[in-house]
Amino acid sequence: MSAPGLTTRNTETIERALDIEGRSLWTDARRRLVRNKAALTSIIVLSIIALMAAFVPFFWPYGYADIDYANIACAPDWWPGTDAACRAGGYHIFGMDQNGRDLFVRVLYGARVSLAVGFVATLVSLLIGVTYGAIAGFVGGRLDELMMRFVDVLYSLPFIFFVIILMVVFNQNFFLLFVAIGAVEWLTMARIVRGQTLSIKQKEFIEAARAAGVGTFANIRHHVIPNVLGPVVVYVTLTIPTVILAESFLSFLGLGIQDPLTSWGVLIADGKDHMETAPWMLVFPALFMAVTLFCFNFIGDGLRDALDPKDR
Amino acid sequence: MWPYAIRRVLGAVPTLFIIIALTFFMMHIAPGGPFDAQRHLPPEIEHNVRAAYNLDKPVWEQFAIYLGNLLHGDLGPSYKNHDFTVTQLIEVGLPVSARLGLSAIILAVVLGISLGTVAALHQNKATDYGVMGLAMIGITIPTFVTAPVLALVFGIYGLHFFGFDFFLPAGGWNGGAFANMILPVTVLALPQIAIISRLVRGSMVEVLRSNYVRTARAKGLPNHIVIFRHALRAALLPVVSYLGPAIAGLLTGSLIVETIFGIPGIGRYFVEGAINRDYTLVMGVVICYAAFVIVLNLVADILYALLDPRVRFA
Amino acid sequence: MAEPILQIRDFNVLFDTHDSEVHAVKNLNFDIGEGECVGIVGESGSGKSQLFLGALGLLTSNGRATGSVKYRGRELLGLPERSLNKVRGSKITMIFQDPLTALTPHMTIGAQMMEALRTHQHVPRAEAEKRCLEILDLVRIPEARNRMGQYPHELSGGMRQRVMIAMATVCGPDLLIADEPTTALDVTVQAQILEIMRDLKKELKTAIVLISHDMGVIAGMADKVQVMRLGEVVEGGSTDEVFYAPKHDYTKALLDAMPRIDRPMRKGHAILQPLSTIGAEKRLLDVEDLKVYFPIKTGGFPVSKVKPLRAVDGVSFSLRQGETLGIVGESGCGKSTLARAVMKLIEKTDGAVVWSGRDLSDLHGPDVRKLRKEFQIVFQDPLASLDPRMTIGESIAEPLVTLRPELTRTQVQDEVRAMMKRVGLEPGWINRYPHEFSGGQNQRVGIARAMIVKPKLIVCDEAVSALDVSIQSQIVDLILNLQSEFGMSMIFISHDLSVVRQVAHRVMVLYLGRIVELADRNSIYEDPRHPYTRALIAAVPVPDPKAERGKQHVTLASELPSPLDSRAQLSFLKSRMIDNPDAEQYRPKLVEVATGHYVAEHDPA
Repeated sequence: MSAPGLTTRNTETIERALDIEGRSLWTDARRRLVRNKAALTSIIVLSIIALMAAFVPFFWPYGYADIDYANIACAPDWWPGTDAACRAGGYHIFGMDQNGRDLFVRVLYGARVSLAVGFVATLVSLLIGVTYGAIAGFVGGRLDELMMRFVDVLYSLPFIFFVIILMVVFNQNFFLLFVAIGAVEWLTMARIVRGQTLSIKQKEFIEAARAAGVGTFANIRHHVIPNVLGPVVVYVTLTIPTVILAESFLSFLGLGIQDPLTSWGVLIADGKDHMETAPWMLVFPALFMAVTLFCFNFIGDGLRDALDPKDR
Repeated sequence: MWPYAIRRVLGAVPTLFIIIALTFFMMHIAPGGPFDAQRHLPPEIEHNVRAAYNLDKPVWEQFAIYLGNLLHGDLGPSYKNHDFTVTQLIEVGLPVSARLGLSAIILAVVLGISLGTVAALHQNKATDYGVMGLAMIGITIPTFVTAPVLALVFGIYGLHFFGFDFFLPAGGWNGGAFANMILPVTVLALPQIAIISRLVRGSMVEVLRSNYVRTARAKGLPNHIVIFRHALRAALLPVVSYLGPAIAGLLTGSLIVETIFGIPGIGRYFVEGAINRDYTLVMGVVICYAAFVIVLNLVADILYALLDPRVRFA
Repeated sequence: MAEPILQIRDFNVLFDTHDSEVHAVKNLNFDIGEGECVGIVGESGSGKSQLFLGALGLLTSNGRATGSVKYRGRELLGLPERSLNKVRGSKITMIFQDPLTALTPHMTIGAQMMEALRTHQHVPRAEAEKRCLEILDLVRIPEARNRMGQYPHELSGGMRQRVMIAMATVCGPDLLIADEPTTALDVTVQAQILEIMRDLKKELKTAIVLISHDMGVIAGMADKVQVMRLGEVVEGGSTDEVFYAPKHDYTKALLDAMPRIDRPMRKGHAILQPLSTIGAEKRLLDVEDLKVYFPIKTGGFPVSKVKPLRAVDGVSFSLRQGETLGIVGESGCGKSTLARAVMKLIEKTDGAVVWSGRDLSDLHGPDVRKLRKEFQIVFQDPLASLDPRMTIGESIAEPLVTLRPELTRTQVQDEVRAMMKRVGLEPGWINRYPHEFSGGQNQRVGIARAMIVKPKLIVCDEAVSALDVSIQSQIVDLILNLQSEFGMSMIFISHDLSVVRQVAHRVMVLYLGRIVELADRNSIYEDPRHPYTRALIAAVPVPDPKAERGKQHVTLASELPSPLDSRAQLSFLKSRMIDNPDAEQYRPKLVEVATGHYVAEHDPA
């Protein structure tokens, strides 16, 4: 086959250069995700919100706690209708709140808190859930039964009550908020991971690896975890909005973050109290929150379709 | 079925115990107590008050006393609403909450199943996208936004069409009058309608593609029989599994709805009780809710087994 | 000739997919006459199933059918659902491959049959029930009245398929379309189902379309055959013409590739090296009285009982170097469990496995791993046995990396490339993923992975069962060639007795965890002694219409008993049976009836 003069070494090098790059399942999934317009738009919108929230103190002229007594609950200049009591002027494009603070910067500060809680609490639930579920699924047998029975018991507890009690009891400790919400959400994660682990454990390629002499630990690392990752990623994107909702729910009840810091839940609660006179106070935080939740849900759905393509 | 149900109810006893213990100790170990707000009580009076409520005893002894009373059906006095026992408060509040919750769940199940089925039957057509878009909105807009907005629109501004002004009460219970129930039930049911319709659509699409639906169609059965007799029952299984979490979601929602619409249910007691450290009231409500969740979960499991003959009561 | 029942003209089926339009059936023309059985044969992707789904308006929503399909002169294509439903399920009925998923799980058998009948014929309930019972009797379902109240999951696979047939015949159709009706079933059950269909054709004069990938099944049933490939009919004609004088190359190749139970080799394909030429006398493996029991929880209140499931119950055999032992038996006979216990992939309950003179019982952890270099396994489902997130190169390299850690990366790469070339894979595909390949190619990957450490023993667990005939033939060739090159021993597990005949020196027949017969391949296929072996061999269809027509159809009367019942293993030795499902029973012993030919004790027929 090889042309005269070429050493075998050389032909092999050429052969290697001609190797066809395969499309891994992740490559395929990425391609499908990018083709999904709803998911792609969501990713862009979310990134913009997150970037604005992160950098708002550097470009916005007003601080989140700056009070302008002359402009309490004033409408933004462009607000339609003539019944607004006063116009805020300046760069107050979202208007002012009941204490005369710029709503735009407060909505973005709310985004900071809500997104941070979303990510951190999800991370907490991810760590606990994946470890717990993977152990139960792998070891199996008695231990599995015991561990899952425990999860079942916890499942039937009305958890939101515990979170509320926790928040009341420990004086709205912000750190605890992460832990409390994460501690609720890990249950589902554990169930998902265990279920996936069990089904993968039965796959022939695991047995094939065992026949190839691969030890238990290496088997978990090389075969099980990469295959469990897909559903976990999907679940994570769907957990974040749930957590954001839970946080805002607590804040709404006055059990979350404390003034002057704020979150979307707090802003919406304030907005609700003034919705007849200053509807923008309800509209903007609610809009931001809804858009964010929308985006996470679209990304989650898009990821699921991308990772598990069955024409839906 | 009955041995199964009995075993499940017995199995719920430890769960209930864990719930009671957790709530009790969490409330008691925390700093602060129900009478801290009334700071200026003379020491001896405060001592007497604390003794009257057994608050001077060690926590575990208080727990034992509480459990003892609980076995007699006595949930203790409310610390804050001095004239009432917790049992009395719950007797007043529970029917209100239960009525609200059950109406919402029925509405959610009926509407969710119908919408999901319609969407699945028109898969990837305009109807499908419309229903699923609405469902997405229902999931992402939280109860505490829809509640005030709907209250504002229907309660304050009212709807004006064909020369009629259309108002709904934006708050209060009025003994459970139909008009007073419309808004809170709608708000409570909305997210659940959305979730259930998405679930039903997904499972229906899958079932419609299954081999046995193909067999049913190959038998020449009319369309409605294929859908209602062969497909729907299997497509409902995920909904039944979801009923447990749905109930939990409704409970959470009821806290908000009862607070915003000023409905005298136990959800509002809970929020007030938790903030005021009214231990006994919070305990009473939690026990109530937990029992509710356990029973409804059992009902859901039995329903599942009745729908799917492959599941045995094991 | 009389007017045909079904006339198909210029018939096409098309599917819209994301990337393009798939033309599943292309320009088909043929007729089906009164009372005639037409066989449609083809491999996967030939469009043979889509053909009739299209004709009856049962395609998925992205598919459409064009051309003309006339039932007794009446056009069916484009008919509104309502009018179509008058024909579908009444005059033309269908039965499908997998009877478990094809029956509605939450409806009783009776309800599903009655609804078919009462939709099309307005008969009173009692009358309908009587008709259903008659039909259930006709398809030989015992205790028909009780069955009517049962759910599909409570019946065995064979029973379910009978119910499907009963449901399809209850309205007295002119044409019955059977889409791979026996593919999911064991061979003895397949024989029973085919027998029932033959009777239906004779008694009710129903025309039958039999869609199958199995030339043997077609040979025994069909009057006419259409051979399909990639959506087109390549050859059509009377069964005898097609089988004895095939005109098209594809038909010829298909017939040659088909393993036949009555012949030890396929025309123009690789053959098994006789043991004498290998000259190996060294005993590699000795298995003595191996037992594998699984504890099974059976229901009960308040405490559930645990019964042992005797998956493998006292099996002994030995294997010489270079020899291939075929293990055959129906589903649930313990053949896969046996092989896995030998390989120490699952724990045995009792007995001994001696490998090259060494008892493996007391080997643990790292020692077992060292031993893995000596034996490897090839699985049934090529895609499921490869990690979807690994490139095929990584999968093939895996045993090498773990078992020979001293190799450098380049050395591993070189070995992998060499082995890929050897099993017929392009070495340049090393970085590609399993989902980019066909089943046959993936099975080559599986074989390369097993062969890469040059093991002394390879277990093939149904390694060719999931493949199309032509691919199966290529993989069998590959395995045979590899064996003559590397000289490894093999345990070849299959439910397909025809394939085993092509590849095994000796054959072991398992029944519920025990050996019923063990002999060299010619003795077992030409001189079977045990009634179970005889029934098994007789049940295998041969792609030879004349032989099939002349065949005495001996079928096993009973169903496979529950393996939890301790009496089950004595089905053929009822004289020694204690009539108690939990009693400790006598185990039939193996008797050597001729040199190397062992048969389990059984009652004389």
